Amino acid sequence: MPKIKMPKANPSLDMTPMVDLAFLLVTFFMLTASVRVSEPVVVDTPSSTSDKLLPENVLLVSIDKFGKAFFNISNPQVRISTLERMGEQHKVQFTDEEKKRFGAMTSIGVPIAKLKEYINLDDTQRQKIKSPGIPIDSTDNQLGEWIQFGRIEAAKQARAEKDKAEAAGREFKYEPMRFAIKADGAANYIAVQDIIKIFTKKDIYRFNLITNLEQAEE
Amino acid sequence: MAEVNTGDGGGGHGKHEKKRAKKLSTRIDMTPMVDLAFLLLTFFVMTSTFNKAKTMEINFPAEPKSDEERQKVNNALTFIMSKDNSIYYYYGEFFPANNKDGKPATELTKTDFSKDGLHKLLLDKNKGTVEEINKLTEQLKTRAIADSTYKRLAINAKGNKAALTVLIKADDKAVYKNVIDLIDELNVCQVGKYAVVDMMPAEFDLVTAAGSK
Repeated sequence: MPKIKMPKANPSLDMTPMVDLAFLLVTFFMLTASVRVSEPVVVDTPSSTSDKLLPENVLLVSIDKFGKAFFNISNPQVRISTLERMGEQHKVQFTDEEKKRFGAMTSIGVPIAKLKEYINLDDTQRQKIKSPGIPIDSTDNQLGEWIQFGRIEAAKQARAEKDKAEAAGREFKYEPMRFAIKADGAANYIAVQDIIKIFTKKDIYRFNLITNLEQAEE
Repeated sequence: MAEVNTGDGGGGHGKHEKKRAKKLSTRIDMTPMVDLAFLLLTFFVMTSTFNKAKTMEINFPAEPKSDEERQKVNNALTFIMSKDNSIYYYYGEFFPANNKDGKPATELTKTDFSKDGLHKLLLDKNKGTVEEINKLTEQLKTRAIADSTYKRLAINAKGNKAALTVLIKADDKAVYKNVIDLIDELNVCQVGKYAVVDMMPAEFDLVTAAGSK
């Protein structure tokens, strides 16, 4: 019987298109990526059909399942100056190094007395400890103070930037700081309302409630 | 995979065997590069966050200075959120039992988040506005009116005096999700006038009684 000659297949294939594609994707992801920062709290926001994007410049209060409050300001400069004001108020001295670290951090959920210690932890340790939440009692309303100072410092910052822009002859686009509330869907509504009342007492009535996007039912 | 250089000219060059000078292959081994590329790709895919947070803009009312300042609203629908995602509602003004005007006491009706519950109720109560906005949308589609005009007229329709006003109240057993779901439903049903307000003690008693039934 004659042997059937199998065509000898070349085992190597041209990988160039695949590599092209891989690098294209790498480039795309590198350029579009925004680093996901680890928050000290998991907040499972409820979904809605609203498709408005969150503005850049926000003062964010997160509320977790148990009603604990966490505070964050998106602008690092404003964060730092707010920390200075809070330090003055509560007689806590922060070093420049601590301020710098604070500026790069995300939400905080510790009382001001423990904040220094919290800032000096390294990232992995910070992940491990449980934040008690910012005190919101009427006797020790630290969240209210954070909001108050954050608002003042944001206005100062905006003015400084405006002056700078005008001095340089550039046009300045003022973007007021927005107040965002990111509450867990399972949080008790009264707890959320208490925090909203802290805002309304300071004459802040307009909020951005952060939600997930949900597909609208037809 | 990319071929490994064996030094024999990449193979398939049998004809040139007689030649003395070895022909060097122009191909290079790409495997490490590809490995690296995919490693980076995986890393960026894992770490990047795609969707920015979405938000819902809402105004909360200022605290009323006194009870007398509470405005009387016409055509108002009051929703009270309670435990286990239940919703109670009543239409119009609130009358406690045995009130001095001799009006019948307000009774709560129970509903839920299903399509036949809340959605239907809102569309029914807000029929005028929904129809008006549908008409406007139709006009927009046939290009009878401009985009900006549409927006303005839609806002007017929602803010119309005869349009439905919704008051949202929640008791201590309601969760935040309920309130957001309700506001979302209001947006879907074109209700432009709504407010999240505190509950009156009489209402609280009524809800507690209804819930324990």
